[in-house]
Amino acid sequence: MTIGLLRRASLLGAGLAAALSGAAAAGEYNLTVDRVPVDTGTFTRIGIGYNGATPGPVLRFKEGEDVTINVTNNLSEPTSIHWHGLILPFEQDGVPGISYDGIAPGETFTYRFPITQSGTYWFHSHSGFQEPDGAYGAIVIEPKKREPFRYDREYVVQLTDAHPHSGDRIMRNLKMMPDYYNRQQRTLFDFLKDSKEMGLDAALSERGAWGDMRMMPTDIEDLQGFTPLINGKSSAQNWTGLFTPGERVRLRFINSSAMTYFDIRIPGLKMTVVQADGNNVLPVPVDEFRIAVAETYDVLIQPTEDKAYSVFAESMGRTSSVRGTLATAEGMKGDVPDLRKPPLLTMADMGMAHEGMDHGSMNMSGSTHTMPDGSTMKGMDHSTMNMPGGTHTMPDGSTMKGMDHSTMNMPGGTHAMPDGSTMKGMDHSTMNMGSSDPFYAPGSGLMPAAANGGKFLSYNDLRTQKPLYPHREATREIELRLTGNMERYMWSINGIKYADAEPIRLQYGERVRFKFVNETMMTHPMHLHGMWSILDTGKGKWNPIKHVVSVAPGTTVFMETEVDAPGQWAFHCHLSYHADSGMFRKVIVEGGPEGKAAALPVKTEG
Amino acid sequence: MFTRYAALSALSAFLLASPASAEQLFWGIQAEQLEWRSGEGSEAFAWDADAFVGTDELKVVWRSEAEYATGPNSFETLENQLRLQVPVSTFFDAVAGVRYDSPDEGPHRTYGVLGLHGLAKQWFEVDADLYLSEYPSARFEVEYEGLITNRVTFTPSIELDVPLADDEATSRAAFGPKLEVGGRLSYDLLDRAIAPYVGVHWERTLGESGRLVRAEGEDDDVVSLVVGFRLMF
Ligand SMILES: [Cu+2]
Repeated sequence: MTIGLLRRASLLGAGLAAALSGAAAAGEYNLTVDRVPVDTGTFTRIGIGYNGATPGPVLRFKEGEDVTINVTNNLSEPTSIHWHGLILPFEQDGVPGISYDGIAPGETFTYRFPITQSGTYWFHSHSGFQEPDGAYGAIVIEPKKREPFRYDREYVVQLTDAHPHSGDRIMRNLKMMPDYYNRQQRTLFDFLKDSKEMGLDAALSERGAWGDMRMMPTDIEDLQGFTPLINGKSSAQNWTGLFTPGERVRLRFINSSAMTYFDIRIPGLKMTVVQADGNNVLPVPVDEFRIAVAETYDVLIQPTEDKAYSVFAESMGRTSSVRGTLATAEGMKGDVPDLRKPPLLTMADMGMAHEGMDHGSMNMSGSTHTMPDGSTMKGMDHSTMNMPGGTHTMPDGSTMKGMDHSTMNMPGGTHAMPDGSTMKGMDHSTMNMGSSDPFYAPGSGLMPAAANGGKFLSYNDLRTQKPLYPHREATREIELRLTGNMERYMWSINGIKYADAEPIRLQYGERVRFKFVNETMMTHPMHLHGMWSILDTGKGKWNPIKHVVSVAPGTTVFMETEVDAPGQWAFHCHLSYHADSGMFRKVIVEGGPEGKAAALPVKTEG
Repeated sequence: MFTRYAALSALSAFLLASPASAEQLFWGIQAEQLEWRSGEGSEAFAWDADAFVGTDELKVVWRSEAEYATGPNSFETLENQLRLQVPVSTFFDAVAGVRYDSPDEGPHRTYGVLGLHGLAKQWFEVDADLYLSEYPSARFEVEYEGLITNRVTFTPSIELDVPLADDEATSRAAFGPKLEVGGRLSYDLLDRAIAPYVGVHWERTLGESGRLVRAEGEDDDVVSLVVGFRLMF
């Protein structure tokens, strides 16, 4: 039997097993978890992979099939596999201590679950730092029905951030010195340059403000020094996908990084985003998009020229980049753009401006804006961009200053808060059309802009093709403040880290509205297992359906969940070292059909 | 009053308790100074290093400071502390522990330690300790890492040691402070693990303590050039 063979399997066995799995009953897959070499060209180390390689194989499932996946642990430590974004029975979700006990060394664990969805997903270890060490692979699920778009060929484009240090060592170094890996700190020379540009007093008071908080405007990637890879290949190793001019190509982007957000573009080509996190969205043509850790985006491109195009991914903090190539023949190379200037966080990212302002529902038709004093701005309709005489009057009759509505035909638009404060640097000039993005704090240093001045994808552009659930009012709201102490490298939710936290209890059948308030200076990709996360972009039943919701610093973002999956689930920031140091919760869904026991006794791993 | 026994029993209670909790245990070693000091007629090897193991809630720190003079081949100063650190605010830990001084010349001394350790505004790294015994003293240390580039760092430091009672056997008089001022220019050679540096170190014994030091035939004012490296792993 295949499993018996696999028990003795090593690399050779893995290859044999892979060959056998083709012959096995439909829907049966085999994976081995192995120590594997990682070679980025700049460094080599031993990491963890599947079937002898990192990234592991691309698992191809069909919607409607029942899969059986035999996972054999060839490591000398426990392991686990979590099927990221898949809706499945909680015992199959693969989180040690929550779904099951994990997979002991030498053991083969068999996962069995139905495939009830389609799209692009991925899988990874949920044990220790095996995922940063390389334990990930891609999942492609073919839909039952025809998709609302066509393509001639497709590629998985899996981004990762290989680091020369092991995950354990990275965590230890971060705990010892939180800026251990930050090599983009501001130096004496930056100070001299700033003094020259803004004057000594301004430069001093600016440094003083940051020094008062003991925070750094360069804290965007707290883990630098990695080599980004596309499908396991560095820029020099140049992953290449072939096309014939005129063909429509589907690229399935997956960000399997431990810690790195990427801004992705293909110079010379427009991309049309057709899926986000595995779900069809109304197509959005873009020049560039940001992919949060653990997200997936499917885009269509149609290169017509017989030439090489670079698929270029720059890390959000601009510390590193990787290119792959789309070409008409192997060996061709396109131009590799330079890294853009690293961004700097602003006081807006520190939540210094407009606490309590509801950024999640901004720019939305008929949305309600909550002001710092608790009053609301009702019925402000930014989506129609049709506000002649454009002064936004607050409930108390004051105005909002500094809002630039210049291209919105709203001359003279000034906005002031009822408490007398102003909204500085808020630029709506390219609203719903380009660089402005309501999912960033107004004045945020992280606000993305397309390199070619074109369209940069925003969450605000995402609109589902087909709602998965009938739209209804949420039955209750749960506030989750994303909290942390950068200096101690402690991350938490509502100020409490996982080890000390009570689980979040949900009732089967309810619709919960989660309110994320990011009180930290970092962006957190929040991931709820087992159930869909309906991101509130103010589109009602057309809100996009996701499994990761990225929350930028200084912002409030809402998502809703139909609580339709009994059991115990993980809910966490997908930045590995944030999740591990406490930005993590167990979610218990109580009740449900068939008396599925939610409070299943589970021993913790190790 | 903190005794060595109290601190050790606290430590053992901590070590016994830790496996039961789900807390992750971290450890690290850091030598801010590990250097050769060359002054007027004195040559010495000196260090100032910490090793810790613990969790977010409680750390056990071994701190060692010494100056080994190569002329007489003896430890002019040798201090070892075992400290427990507990967070008391966002940026500060409270410290309690014991300190044992065992220089080659002069008497050995044991102190209880109470202190604060953390990061003050504007990135000043601060240690403020009270050493309790029949010869109490207070010590205040401030260090600042100024980045010239992202690899070249200038680190000024000040240490002020104030005896609160006379201890003539160690040439210290009440409120006659010892001041140490340093400036070190380092280069991160390997990661942040090894950073060689050059710098200056100035020691000055003031007030009545200065008189006692001079009476011993020693200098109350020493400037040294230093060469060494910072270690962290
Ligand atoms: Cu996070």
